Amino acid sequence: MDRDEVMAKVTEIARDIFDDDELELDDETIAADVDGWDSLTHLSLMNEIENEFEIKFEMKEVQGLNNVGELVDVIMERIA
Amino acid sequence: MYSFRELTKAAKKETEGKEYRLAVLGNCATQFLAQTISGYAHLEGMNLKVHDADYNQIEAQLIDPGSETYGFDPDYILLYLAPDKLYEEFMELKADERSGFADSVMQRLSSFWDMISGRSKAEILQMGFSEIDDRAFGNFGNRVPVSFNYQLRKLNWLLEEAESKRAGIYPVDLLSIQISLGNERFYDPVLYYNAKVNIALDSWGYVARQVYEVTRALQGHVKKCVVLDLDNTLWGGVIGDDGLAGIEIGELGRGHVFTDLQLWLKQLKDRGILLAVCSKNNEDTAKEPFLKHEEMVLRLSDFAIFVANWEDKASNIRYIQQTLNIGMDSLVFIDDNPFERNLVRSMIPEICVPELPNDPAQYLSFLQGCNLFETASYSSEDADRTGMYQAEAKRRESEAAFASMDDYLISLDMEGYAAPFDELHYPRIAQLTQRSNQFNLRTVRYTEEDIARIASDDKYVTLYYMLKDKFGDHGLVSVVIMERTTDEEFFIDTWLMSCRVLKRGMEEFIINRLVEEAVYKGAKRIKAEYIPTPKNKMVEHIYDEMGFDCIGEGLYSLDIDKFNKLKTYIIEVRQNGQR
Repeated sequence: MDRDEVMAKVTEIARDIFDDDELELDDETIAADVDGWDSLTHLSLMNEIENEFEIKFEMKEVQGLNNVGELVDVIMERIA
Repeated sequence: MYSFRELTKAAKKETEGKEYRLAVLGNCATQFLAQTISGYAHLEGMNLKVHDADYNQIEAQLIDPGSETYGFDPDYILLYLAPDKLYEEFMELKADERSGFADSVMQRLSSFWDMISGRSKAEILQMGFSEIDDRAFGNFGNRVPVSFNYQLRKLNWLLEEAESKRAGIYPVDLLSIQISLGNERFYDPVLYYNAKVNIALDSWGYVARQVYEVTRALQGHVKKCVVLDLDNTLWGGVIGDDGLAGIEIGELGRGHVFTDLQLWLKQLKDRGILLAVCSKNNEDTAKEPFLKHEEMVLRLSDFAIFVANWEDKASNIRYIQQTLNIGMDSLVFIDDNPFERNLVRSMIPEICVPELPNDPAQYLSFLQGCNLFETASYSSEDADRTGMYQAEAKRRESEAAFASMDDYLISLDMEGYAAPFDELHYPRIAQLTQRSNQFNLRTVRYTEEDIARIASDDKYVTLYYMLKDKFGDHGLVSVVIMERTTDEEFFIDTWLMSCRVLKRGMEEFIINRLVEEAVYKGAKRIKAEYIPTPKNKMVEHIYDEMGFDCIGEGLYSLDIDKFNKLKTYIIEVRQNGQR
């Protein structure tokens, strides 16, 4: 899976969680840009990504993320 | 199981239907618990409003009668003490104080229950405790009272003991979820340290389901009968082909699989679930193993009804349901054959048909995992329910021999008995208010605690009725609660009756006795109401038939001056000294 495909998959999950079919994510997107991205939906999003890609984030990774681009980077590392 | 994402999304939805209200109180953040229960209920079609109290506010919320929790007017209050919080408390204790930990937590819970009972009519749903074994003492911790695991297990046991002695507390068995999922799935340390959520996100659905199922049972949705196929379901092989010596039960082949299944079913029967047979077989052939096979656990006397013929199973199940006179949605159909399962499922959508695994060795653990037999009550009368239905079958047979209905009713030698609620019968009375759906005029559900309160309140006149005849004892079959609304007027808050005793003069006997009681208490008029539900159409006109005047939609009134005693062949039996 290449980076664009991962971004597309993450976007698909996020659209479902935030109930917004037209939501677009890019590397620079941060939580504050997205309606409904709060602490609860964040956990839900991370959980769905873990299940989808069959990975488990480490605590440092979860806490250190600054934007969607970094999230996709972590996923890329894990599935490599 | 629904995912966490599905549950939290569904939590925002609205559902039609009767509204129930649940307040969640915990010693931790209960947002996840509240949201997933709400989501689960909506996904299953229950209109459940969930109120989430603030973090660690149990005492403050429960002690103040004006608190948000009581203001929410909940039907249920769920109490949740998270084990990780208890562990923190435990670690703060000095070593010599730790051996009293379980007792002190139990005292705290009892005091919560007392506060709720005095201030609210809500049922208490008490979450049990999942385990944290820190292995500080290794296996040896099992015998060390100052180990946390020792105290936590003791606490679970103290809790069960306290619940068994007190009405109105409904356990939610969290430990059973931890055991079935395993620690790996149940806990998520990363999530815990990130968000202080002590149960893995994907496990919350199971917790929510457990809470949901307890509320369903409290609302009267319980399974009452298991309809069973025989060949390759209750034994291995086909009795018609393999013969008595060839079927697998007991020592032969996979026999233990079926022996254990039968033992489990026998236990269900002994606690009041009816068993019925629905088999494609000649009747004689089908009955032979129950009569002649020494290793068979179930016997013919364990079945309320036995149907073996070559008709289609959907028709036979309808016959069984009509004969037993219970709701189709209270039936479970167990059959190894996918064709029969699909047929029954498509012809009768209300019935529950578990999708059995292929291997009979997995039947039992699968069925147990389905948790189909949730209940909110248990009384000693449950044990004999099968006998009552069998006596009913005999009555039906003898009914055919009489020229007129009156002759038949006279021949039954019926004796009725009526008395105000007494403590011995509180459990059975409460259970009837929870289980009766068809002959139930207003379908008000009461718990044992409610019943005790009503029985001791002068504002109410209560009666329970028993009936027996020459074929057997029906036990407690009807419940009446009248509320005094003015000096001269009573209102029938509750009238329900077991459908087993329909149309044999019991309705008339009940009304005669109820009027007599009202007269004694000085009433001149009795008001009554019929509230329609999807299930109680059978009593739509009962008050008309009993001589009440209709005074509005579903509203009735009876002037006692004008009342003529109704005809019945039931003779009243009175105890010594009774009026």
